[in-house]
Amino acid sequence: MAERKMVNLTIEGRPVSVPEGTSILEAAKVAGILIPHYCYHPGLPIAGVCRMCLVEVEKAPKLAPSCATTVAEGQVVRVHTERAVEARKGVLEFLLINHPLDCPICDQSGECELQDYTYQEGRGESRYREPKRFNPMEDFGGDVIYVPNRCILCTRCVRFMEDVAQDTVLNVCERGDRALIGKFEGKDLTHPWAGNVVDLCPVGALLSKDFLNKSRAWELDRSASICPNCTQGCNVMLETRDAQIARIKPRPNEAVNKFFICDYGRLNYRWINRTDRLEQPMVRTSGALQTIDWDVAIHAAAGLLRDRRAYVLASPMLSNEALHLLSKLASRNAGTREFRVATGDEAPLAGVEDLALRRDRAANVYGAELFGFRRTEAPLSSLAASDVLVVAGDDLKNIDPSIVERAAEVIVIGTTLPEAARNATVALPITNFAEEEGTFTNLRGRVQRFTQAKPAPGLARPSWLVLGDLLGVLGQQQEFFLPSEVFADIARSYHELAGLSYDRLGMKGLPVLSAQPAGAPA
Amino acid sequence: MGYPHPLHERETPLLSQYFGDPEARSLDGWKSRGGYKGLEQALGMAQADITNVVKDSGLRGRGGAGFPTGLKWSFMKPGDGKPHYLCCNADESEPGTFKDREVMRWTPHALVEGCAIAAYAIGAETTYIYIRGEFTEPLLWMNRAVEEAYADGILGANAMGTGKRIDMHVHKGAGAYICGEETALMESLEGRRGNPRIKPPFPAVSGVFGMPTTINNVETLAAVPQILLQGADWYKKMSLSNPKSTGTKLYSVCGNVKKPGTYEVVMGFPFKDFLYDLCGGPLDGRKFKAVIPGGASVPIQTMAEAEATLMDYEGFVAQGTMLGSGGVIVIDDAQSMVRVIARIARFFAHESCAQCTQCREGTAWTTKILERIRDGHGTMEDLDTLIEIGENMTGTTICVLSDSCAVPVISGIKKFRSEFESLIQGRRVHPVLEAVA
Repeated sequence: MAERKMVNLTIEGRPVSVPEGTSILEAAKVAGILIPHYCYHPGLPIAGVCRMCLVEVEKAPKLAPSCATTVAEGQVVRVHTERAVEARKGVLEFLLINHPLDCPICDQSGECELQDYTYQEGRGESRYREPKRFNPMEDFGGDVIYVPNRCILCTRCVRFMEDVAQDTVLNVCERGDRALIGKFEGKDLTHPWAGNVVDLCPVGALLSKDFLNKSRAWELDRSASICPNCTQGCNVMLETRDAQIARIKPRPNEAVNKFFICDYGRLNYRWINRTDRLEQPMVRTSGALQTIDWDVAIHAAAGLLRDRRAYVLASPMLSNEALHLLSKLASRNAGTREFRVATGDEAPLAGVEDLALRRDRAANVYGAELFGFRRTEAPLSSLAASDVLVVAGDDLKNIDPSIVERAAEVIVIGTTLPEAARNATVALPITNFAEEEGTFTNLRGRVQRFTQAKPAPGLARPSWLVLGDLLGVLGQQQEFFLPSEVFADIARSYHELAGLSYDRLGMKGLPVLSAQPAGAPA
Repeated sequence: MGYPHPLHERETPLLSQYFGDPEARSLDGWKSRGGYKGLEQALGMAQADITNVVKDSGLRGRGGAGFPTGLKWSFMKPGDGKPHYLCCNADESEPGTFKDREVMRWTPHALVEGCAIAAYAIGAETTYIYIRGEFTEPLLWMNRAVEEAYADGILGANAMGTGKRIDMHVHKGAGAYICGEETALMESLEGRRGNPRIKPPFPAVSGVFGMPTTINNVETLAAVPQILLQGADWYKKMSLSNPKSTGTKLYSVCGNVKKPGTYEVVMGFPFKDFLYDLCGGPLDGRKFKAVIPGGASVPIQTMAEAEATLMDYEGFVAQGTMLGSGGVIVIDDAQSMVRVIARIARFFAHESCAQCTQCREGTAWTTKILERIRDGHGTMEDLDTLIEIGENMTGTTICVLSDSCAVPVISGIKKFRSEFESLIQGRRVHPVLEAVA
């Protein structure tokens, strides 16, 4: 990367050094100061219209919009002077005169920037005595509802659709205080990435229909995770209420998804909340699957596998940790490792390089391949009568039960018991990705961590724990107590991941190859 | 020739010489009145020399800001490999201003010639004349003039046979006041919503289509041919007061005055004489009460201030206002200042482009309060609120529309507070009836 000239300046008395061309607002972030703002968003072109981020720049006659003013050498910026605070207080008052005080029924309440900054530096009481402007709510199509009365015309949504999605659907129509966000004739927010306008909206003007009136923002628990719905590996926040995913929000990662996620990933979360789960370990006794305790079940599975070849059909939705251990299980007696992937249409986000809803609709296709699993359209095609079929996470949909029945024994390691595997000998319940900790490898080979967002149902255990115990009983290795230990085992076993650890990955992940420390053996 | 009134002996008709003379509109008529001699001379000069003559003449922007024209031209760097543009701002929409309209109606070729000279001087291959959409008649004449100039070889690939290329297009605006703001005009010209842009970058760096652009007012450009023909010194000497304000200025006068119309006087002309002598003074039985001398967005003057004013850039500032666009709005004692100011505020509220918060909300809020006071429902606190809103609207936005709305409100309340107070106190004042009693 070309060296950029650094510029030194002082913000609120704190010296800060940032690359040339940085805005004062971004430089202030580096100095640990948040300048209040609405229209500015790091993922969008500058508009400079809300006038909230006004600061005092020494020697400048007027207050400067810090989002649209670039830093200069020796500049002295003051954010909290009386003049700047008064100006922002004025903006807040203007924004609020026509804004309904309906926070108690507004979905944005609790995560609303208008609320936050008003508490921070607004007036305690309104001087506005006139009737408020009223416009009816409008269905913008897709997952989006527009409540014009709450709109502060920051135009983030317009700029997102125009410059990032590059599908011009929204505009500012009318002038003066009659202005509102409009939709071009015959167009709807049906773009596959349009749902981001809801996240971008700093107030409650653009709302998700899916989340409408579902929960207050402060009732949600947030867990950092990775979207499992395609190979892009967008960083997300799983937001849960009462142990159910209530919504999925993007988690910024400059290297993967910037600030965005697609609507498919955003809305495809109900399967995570499924209640028809496999909750207890089961072993076939007297012709029927009977619930039994974990130790017995693991030993039963180990007994089936001890002297036979394992044919592992794994799901690419499983973590690196699970796939690594499954791979070990299969390689014991030169077994088979395969997986299949559901696919759909690719939907790129035009304004961001290398960001798309990918064709492969599973999180860990790259990981599965890395651990030796073969991608196939015709699973179980080489299943031999002497094989023990291990169905790990695959739902066996569209697979003829008679093919499954060819196997000597069937072990299910999954979140549900597939219809086609009703005759399984052992069923081991595992957690889904939202109920455990682990890593996925995205299509660019970036390894990213996800954390547990909701409790495991019944007696289900994390996949890495179940597989670790199974391998332990088979004498393959020591037991694992933490997923980070499984990952350490991966880092020892694969040169691509050498030197990596959960600590080094952090919450933004690292690409597998370039993560090698200098001088490490290839 | 003055228009619609006969020329007053104290006027100096430079631009308005042929106002009211239909023959001056045609190319032949214009040529027989000495037209296109300035362009002919210019095309034989070095580009920088033309800019220097304009610089030396002291010509300043007549659109309102008064920026030195020659200096503005010198920001352009011909030959930097980019396309360059000249924009003529003919979106004259400042309330009370109609001087550019007269230039385009009567002497369209003066503007074409001025544009052509400027385009050559700054190295602009293309000129856009952006005309206010409501100006149907000026549009007609300007289109005709540009067509005639092309047909005659004055414009085009081989302008006046010199081998130099000057292209010119007339563009019709779509009816927004804000498109008279130079960057909003450019947005509109490019086919987008007319929203002002953040400056910097200034037009000379990134203007129309992101390319270096100079934008000048109609009156400014129309004055250029004569400056070139008669010399910088001749123009510079036309000043009765301040050497920083030179030449003549067109004023469009409207309101409660005997002889409204377009007048042209030299810089530094006494405003008192202008109002009482040239414009014929107040209507019978009335008295002047206030003047807005430069279009609706400049501070309102009391008569004492107006009568002490010398009409130039500095003279108006010295008396608490600005020369602005030269749109003189005269208000007499039969008018309610509250009504006048409320109406002005309503205009700005209607025309705010809605980008900046202060302007979008402030102009509308101001209007609502003023109209409430006007209708007899005001409170004393409203006056303080109005001034505070006005202060919050000043100097904080992308363009000056917000400031423009605050200016007449703040100056109006400060200078005519008693009228507001008497309305608030429930005493409906009717100045004429009261004067009779």
